[in-house]
Amino acid sequence: MRYLPHTEQEISEMLAVTGHTHLDDLFSHIPDNCRFQDEVDLPGPLTEWALSETFQGLAKRNAAASARAVLLGGGSYSHYIPEIVPSLIKRSEFLTAYTPYQPEMSQGTLQGIFEYQTLTARLLGMEVANASMYDGASALAEALLMTLRIGRRKQTVAVSTAIHPHYREVVKSYLRAGKFNIIELETGSDGRTDTSGLQQIDGLAGVALQSPNFFGVIEDLGNAANDIHGADALFVSCFSEPFAYGILGSPGANGADIVCGEGQSFGMSQSFGGPGLGMFACRKEYQRSLPGRLVGETVDLDGKRGYVLTLSTREQHIRREKATSNICSNQGLCALTAAVYMACLGSTGLRQVAKLNHDKAEYLKKGLMEAGAEELFSGPTFNEFVLNFKFDFGSIREKLLHRGIIAGMELGRLYPALEGAYLFCVTETTSKTVLDEVINEVRP
Amino acid sequence: MKEISELHLPIDRSYSDDHEWAQKTGDTIRIGVSDYAQDQMGDIVFVEMPEVGDTFAKGDEFGTLESVKAVSEAYIPLSGEIIAINEALEDAPELVNNDPYSNWLVEIRPTVAGEFDKLMSRDQYLAFLQG
Repeated sequence: MRYLPHTEQEISEMLAVTGHTHLDDLFSHIPDNCRFQDEVDLPGPLTEWALSETFQGLAKRNAAASARAVLLGGGSYSHYIPEIVPSLIKRSEFLTAYTPYQPEMSQGTLQGIFEYQTLTARLLGMEVANASMYDGASALAEALLMTLRIGRRKQTVAVSTAIHPHYREVVKSYLRAGKFNIIELETGSDGRTDTSGLQQIDGLAGVALQSPNFFGVIEDLGNAANDIHGADALFVSCFSEPFAYGILGSPGANGADIVCGEGQSFGMSQSFGGPGLGMFACRKEYQRSLPGRLVGETVDLDGKRGYVLTLSTREQHIRREKATSNICSNQGLCALTAAVYMACLGSTGLRQVAKLNHDKAEYLKKGLMEAGAEELFSGPTFNEFVLNFKFDFGSIREKLLHRGIIAGMELGRLYPALEGAYLFCVTETTSKTVLDEVINEVRP
Repeated sequence: MKEISELHLPIDRSYSDDHEWAQKTGDTIRIGVSDYAQDQMGDIVFVEMPEVGDTFAKGDEFGTLESVKAVSEAYIPLSGEIIAINEALEDAPELVNNDPYSNWLVEIRPTVAGEFDKLMSRDQYLAFLQG
C-alpha cells in the first residue's frame, strides 16, 4: 500500500466534482473565530547538514546522551539491547507495515502478535494477553475502566500512591469525564501499600497496585489479593519494570485479575521517554471485557495452522460507542520488539539478567548505606530503591554528574513529602567500577 | 436465512416489535428472542445478561447477544424486575439458536400493569414481519 499525496490537478478534479472552488470551502462550516488565521510561526527550511547539526546540538544538551552511567529508573530503564532485536525488527516487512485492515491477509503480522501475546501471558501468569496498548499509563487506565465495566453499577476504584505518579495522572484524565471516584491508598513504613481498609469502601470495582512500586519496593501481592477480593473488587497489578518477574512470582500466581504495565524494558531504547509498550493481560473469564485487539490461533479448511483477529465484537468497528475501548490499534512494532527480546533471552536468560539487576542494585544499596545513607522503606526491592542522606547528597550528585554519572533522582518534585530522598536504579548495564566510584564519592 | 413462512412462531407467546417474546408463568414473565431474531443473528456465541435484582422500563436494553457477525442488543418488552436469568446460556449460548422458545433469557416480575396485554399476538407479529 502506498501513501502518495494528491497532486494539484487531482485536487481540482475532486473539487470540480464536489462543486467547490477552493479547498478551504470544505471547512466553511467551522466558524471564523475558531480557525487559525495567521501563518504558522515556524523557522524556515534548513539544509540537511544544518538540520542534523541543529538536532545533534539539541541531543548533546541531554546529560543522558553522553553519560557513562545512568542510575535512573522511575519508569524508564536502561537495559542492554542485543543486536538481534534491531536486526529483526528493522526488516521492512515489520518496520513499514501499517495496522492490517484486512488482518487475515497479513498472517506474518498476526503470528508476530500471537507470539507476543503468548510470551506476555506466560510472563505475567495470565490466561489471555491482548495485542498491546500505548504504554504502561494508558494500559492502567484501561484496566481500571475494565474493572468498572465488569463491576457494572460500581463506580469507585482505589489506586496506590506508590504507583508511578504519571500513570496516576493518566488514570485521572481517562476517568475525569465519567462519574467515577478514585481513592488513593497510602503506603506504610515498609513502602508497601496499605490495603487493610478496603472493605469500608462502597461500590469498589477495582484496586490497583504497582509491583515493584515507584519506590522500588516489591508489594506483597498475595496479601493484597486477599484484601481486595475480600472487598469484592478486582485486583489490577501493574508494573513499570517487567524484568522483576524474571525472579519474582508472577502477578497471576499471586491472585491478580488484570495485569498491565510498561514493556519498554524489553528491547526498546529509552528514547527520551517513548514510544513505550502497554502490556495487558487478564484471566480468561474477563476476556469479553478486555480492551484492544486480540489474535487467536486456528486452522483453515485444510487443517493448516492460521491466525485470526478474534473476539472482535468487543471492538469499535463493530460495537461502536459500546466497544470495550476506543483503542482499536496496537503498538505493533514495539510489541514485536518485546516478543523478539523475550524469545531471544528465554526464561533462563530473563532470570539471569533479572538476577544481575537485583544483585547490582543490592551492591550499590549496601555500599551507600555503609557510607552513611539510610534506607527510607524497609520492604524488599528489585533494581530500584530510595535512600535518605543526613548530609548534602545534592552536591555529591552534581560532582558525579560532571564525571558522566547520573546518580539517582530526587523525589521532592513528584512526592513533596519525600523531599531530599533519592530514587536509585541499577541495571545490568552499570559496571561495578562505576558503582564503586559512586560509593567512594559518598563515603566521608 | 428462513423465509417468513418457515418461521416457528408459537401461539402461546406474545411478541414485541424488537423481536422478543414474553410468556406468563404464574406471577412472573419469561422473556426470550423470537425465531426470526435468532435466525437473523446467526450463530450466537455469547449472551450478556443483566443481574438478578436489576429493574428495567419497557424498551430498555437488558442484555446483548453476540453472534459471529454482530452484536445485538436485547430490549425488554415490558417493565419489570429481573428475578432469574437462564444461566445455562452462559456456557451454551447456541441453545438460543437450537430452540429460542424453551431457552428463555430472563424471568421478570412486571412492575407496570397492562403492558403485557399490549404485546402482539402470534398473528399480529406474523403480519408485522410480513410488513
